[in-house]
Amino acid sequence: MADAVPTATVPRPMRQANSALGRRRKRIDRVVSVFAYVSTAIGLFFLAWLLVTLFGRGFAAFNLSVFTLSTAPPGSNGGLLNAMVGTLIQTALGTAIGAPIGLLVGTYLAEYARNTWLGNVVRFVSDILLSAPSILIGLFVYQLIVINTGGFSGWAGVAALAIIVIPVVVRTTEDMLRLIPDTLREAAIGLGSPKWVMIRFVCYRAAMQGIITGVLLAIARIAGETAPLLFTSLGNLNWSTNLNEAMPSLPITIYQYAASPYDDWIALAWVGALIITIAVLALNILARYVIRTEPSKK
Amino acid sequence: MSNDSQPATVVADPGTTRSFGGMTARSTEELNTARIECRNLDFFYGDNRALKSVNLRFPERQVTGMIGPSGCGKSTLLRVLNRMFSLYPGQRATGEVLMDGENIISDKVDLNFLRARIGMVFQKPTPFPMTIYENVAFGIKLHEKLSKRDMDERVEWSLRRAAIWDEAKDRLHTNAMGLSGGQQQRLCIARTIAVKPEVILFDEPTSALDPISTLKIEELIDELKRDFTIVIVTHNMQQAARCADQVAFFFLGEMIEVAPAADLFTRPKHPKTQEYITGRFS
Amino acid sequence: MGMRRGGVGVGIVMQQAASAAVLGSQGAGGRARRARKSTRLGDQIFEAIVTGAGLLVLSLLGGIIVLLFIGGWPAFREFGFDFFASTEWDSVREKFGAVISVYGTLVTSIMAIVFAVPVAFGVAYFLTELAPEWLKRPIGIAIELLAAVPSIIYGMWGLFVLAPVIATYVQPPIQDLTMDIPILQDLFGGPAFGIGIFTAALILAIMILPFIAATMRDVFMQVPAIYKESAYGLGATKWEVVRNVVIPYTSSSVVGGIMLGLGRALGETMAVTFVIGNANAISPSVFATGNTIASVIALEFPEALQGSLKLSSLLALGFILFVISFIVLAASRFMLRPRLAK
Repeated sequence: MADAVPTATVPRPMRQANSALGRRRKRIDRVVSVFAYVSTAIGLFFLAWLLVTLFGRGFAAFNLSVFTLSTAPPGSNGGLLNAMVGTLIQTALGTAIGAPIGLLVGTYLAEYARNTWLGNVVRFVSDILLSAPSILIGLFVYQLIVINTGGFSGWAGVAALAIIVIPVVVRTTEDMLRLIPDTLREAAIGLGSPKWVMIRFVCYRAAMQGIITGVLLAIARIAGETAPLLFTSLGNLNWSTNLNEAMPSLPITIYQYAASPYDDWIALAWVGALIITIAVLALNILARYVIRTEPSKK
Repeated sequence: MSNDSQPATVVADPGTTRSFGGMTARSTEELNTARIECRNLDFFYGDNRALKSVNLRFPERQVTGMIGPSGCGKSTLLRVLNRMFSLYPGQRATGEVLMDGENIISDKVDLNFLRARIGMVFQKPTPFPMTIYENVAFGIKLHEKLSKRDMDERVEWSLRRAAIWDEAKDRLHTNAMGLSGGQQQRLCIARTIAVKPEVILFDEPTSALDPISTLKIEELIDELKRDFTIVIVTHNMQQAARCADQVAFFFLGEMIEVAPAADLFTRPKHPKTQEYITGRFS
Repeated sequence: MGMRRGGVGVGIVMQQAASAAVLGSQGAGGRARRARKSTRLGDQIFEAIVTGAGLLVLSLLGGIIVLLFIGGWPAFREFGFDFFASTEWDSVREKFGAVISVYGTLVTSIMAIVFAVPVAFGVAYFLTELAPEWLKRPIGIAIELLAAVPSIIYGMWGLFVLAPVIATYVQPPIQDLTMDIPILQDLFGGPAFGIGIFTAALILAIMILPFIAATMRDVFMQVPAIYKESAYGLGATKWEVVRNVVIPYTSSSVVGGIMLGLGRALGETMAVTFVIGNANAISPSVFATGNTIASVIALEFPEALQGSLKLSSLLALGFILFVISFIVLAASRFMLRPRLAK
C-alpha cells in the first residue's frame, strides 16, 4: 500500500499570505469589481438620464388642455385627448382579445400538452412570437386585414396588438400553472371533478396572481407599441372612436409630432412621451408588486 | 494497484498510535498539539445564535469527527473554520479560532490564503465543468506558478494520494462529469489536497455515495491523516467511530462532549451523548 | 381527431387512477368513474378549445411567413437574385435592392451587442456577487425598467438628447485622436451629424442591455451554491469563481441570452428610425448615416402605394428580416431551453 504513494509528510510549498501572485489575483478581482460597479452605474445613469429628460421636457409643456383638447394643426391650441382615447380603446380591445387566447394557449401547454410533440412546437412558436419584431406583425395584419377590408382601421390596430399580447400571456400562464403541485390537481380530479372544472376552479384560482401579472405586462408592452400601428390603425389627427376607420393613438401621434418641424408639436410629443412612459413604468411596477405579494407557500 | 483497496484498519483506536508503511510513531507531544483551537466561539445567523461558546481543539494530524442531530451546529462550525460563512451577509462569528497563534475569524485574515491552508470537501461531489486534469490544476494555479512538468507531477501526485489515479490516468483530458459519483468525490479530494493544505474539512463527504464508494473514501481519510489534520462532519456514527481519533458531540449549538472515539461511543460522560449514540433521537 | 380523443380519455383515466391511489379509497374511484360519463362532453369541448388556441398560435406564425412572402413575391420575381445583391433603392426608377438595409441591420445590431454584453455582464456580476441583499431587488428592477420604456421614447430621446451629445462630445474628440491613423480615420471619419450607425447602435445597446443582463443574472443565480463554495474553498477570488465555475456552467444560457438581445435589436424599429439618418449608403465610418430593414419599412411605407413594386419590395425586406430574426431567436431558444424546460 505504501509503495504506491509518497509517504512522509507533504513538503509544503513556500507560500506567504501576501505573495506577488496573491496580490496580482486580488488586484484583478478588484478591477473586475470596479468594472461591475461602473457597468451598473452606466445602466442606472441612462435610465436616470432618460427619465430626467422626459420629466423636464414633458412637464415644461404640460397643461391640462392636453387631456381636454384633441390634436390640432401647428400654431393652434391643441391637446392629445383623441390620441389617448384611441390608445385606451385599442389597448383595451387588444388585451380583451389577446389575453383570453393567451390564457387558453397557456392552459393547453401546461395542462394538456406538457411533453407532447405538438405542445413543444406551440411553445417554440409562441416564444418566437414573443420576441419577433413587432413591425412584422404590423405588416402581417396590413396584408391580412387592411388590404382585404379596403383601408386602415382601428380594428386592424386592435388585431396587431392582440397578436402581441398572446405570447406574453402564454408564457406567464404556462409558467404559473406549472408551479401548481400535481397533488392539487389529483385531489380535485379524485373528488370526481371533470378536468375542465378542475382547471377553471382550482388551477386558475391558484395561478391567478401570476396570470394577472402577465396581463399587466402585456398591457404595458402594447400601450407603447408604435411600429405595428403604422400599418394598421395608421393614426388620425381628428377625433375618432370609429374602429372601422383610421384611428389615432398616442405613440403614433408622438412619432408624427416629434418628427415634425413645429416647436409646439414637438413640445406636445414630449408631454405624450412622459404620459406614456409613466403609464408603462407604473404598470410594470404594479405587475411586480402583484407577483411579490403572492403567498410564497401554498 | 489492488493495494489501494485493501481494507485499512477501521476500528478507531486513538489511544494507540498505529503505524502505516514506513511511518514513525507519533510522539505524545505531537498528538496533543492543536492545529486549530476554538475558544468561546459564538456564531450567528442574523439574530439566531447557532454556536454557543464552543471550545474545541483539533489535534495536528488526527481526525476529529463531529456528530450530532441536524441543526446542532456541527456543519456551521466547519464553515467557520475556512470562513465560508463570510460569503453570506448576516452571518458572523465571535470569539477566537486560533491557528498558528492567529485568530482566523478576524477581519484582517486573507481569506484566499486561509482557504489554501484549510481545504474543504463537500456533501456532494462538485467537479467543475472542465477536464479531470484542469479540475486538479485549478486550485494549484491559483496559488503557485508551476512549470508544465511540475504541474503534471503535482496533478499525478494528487490523484494518486486520492486513490483515483488508476481510474483517471487514461482520461485526464476528458470532462470530469463523466466519472461516477464516488470517483468524482475522490477527484474533489485530489483537487483539495493538490493545493497542499494543512487542514482538510470534510462535510458529510459520503452522504451522496453508495457503500463501496463510502468505504473507499473512509480508507482514504485514514491514509490522509498522516499528512493532514482532518475534521469530518458526519451523520453516521459508525463512520465517526471508524475514521475519527477524537469525536465531538454537538447539540443545539453547544459542544456537549469531546473524547477519543472509543471512549465517547463506549463510555459517554453526558446523558445527551448517551441518548444520541443509542439512537433515542436523531 | 379520434386519436386525440382517445388520448384524452386515457389521460383522464390515468389521472383518476393516480388520485384514487392517493386517496386510497375505492369510493372516490367509483365516483370519478360515474362522473366521467356525464362530464366527458364538457372535457372534450374544453380540450378542443384550448387545442384550437394552440393551433391558432401556429397559424399566426405560419400566416406571417406566408403573407410576407406573398407580399414580397412581385419584388423577388422582378429583381430575382439581384434583390439580395443590389445596393440600389430608387423609388423613381423603381429599382430596389436589400443590401444596404440588411448591412445596416446587421452592423447596428452587432455593434449594439458589442456595447451591451460587457456592461450586461458587469450588471449581472454586481447583482449576483457584489450587491448587498437589500439593493439587489431595486437595482434589478431599475435595470429591467430600461426594457419597459417604449421604443418610440428611445427614438425621441436619441434624436433630441443623445445625438447632439454625440455630435459635440463624442465624435470630434475621437476624430481628433484618430486623424492621422490610416484605417481608424476612415472608421471614425465624416461630418458630425450626431445621427447615424453609431448612435443607433448605442441606443439599441441600452435597449437590449436589460434582456441580456437579466438572463445572465437569472442563470448565474441558478448555479448551485455548493459549486461556488467548492471554488471559494480552494481559495479562489470572486472573479475566479465566476470565470472558472459560473460562466462555464451557464455558457449555453448566456449565449442564448445574448442571441435574444440580438434578436430584439435586429427588428427594433422606432428607436432606430429616429436616429439612423435614413441614407441609402454604405460608408466605412461608424458615424455615417445609414438604414436598417425596419427603418426603411417604417419610413418608406407611407410613400408606397398599394400594389406598387415599392410596397412589394418593403414586404420582401420584411420577409428577409423575419428569416434573420427567426434564425437568431430559434438559436437563442434552443440555448436557453435547458433553463426553460425545468
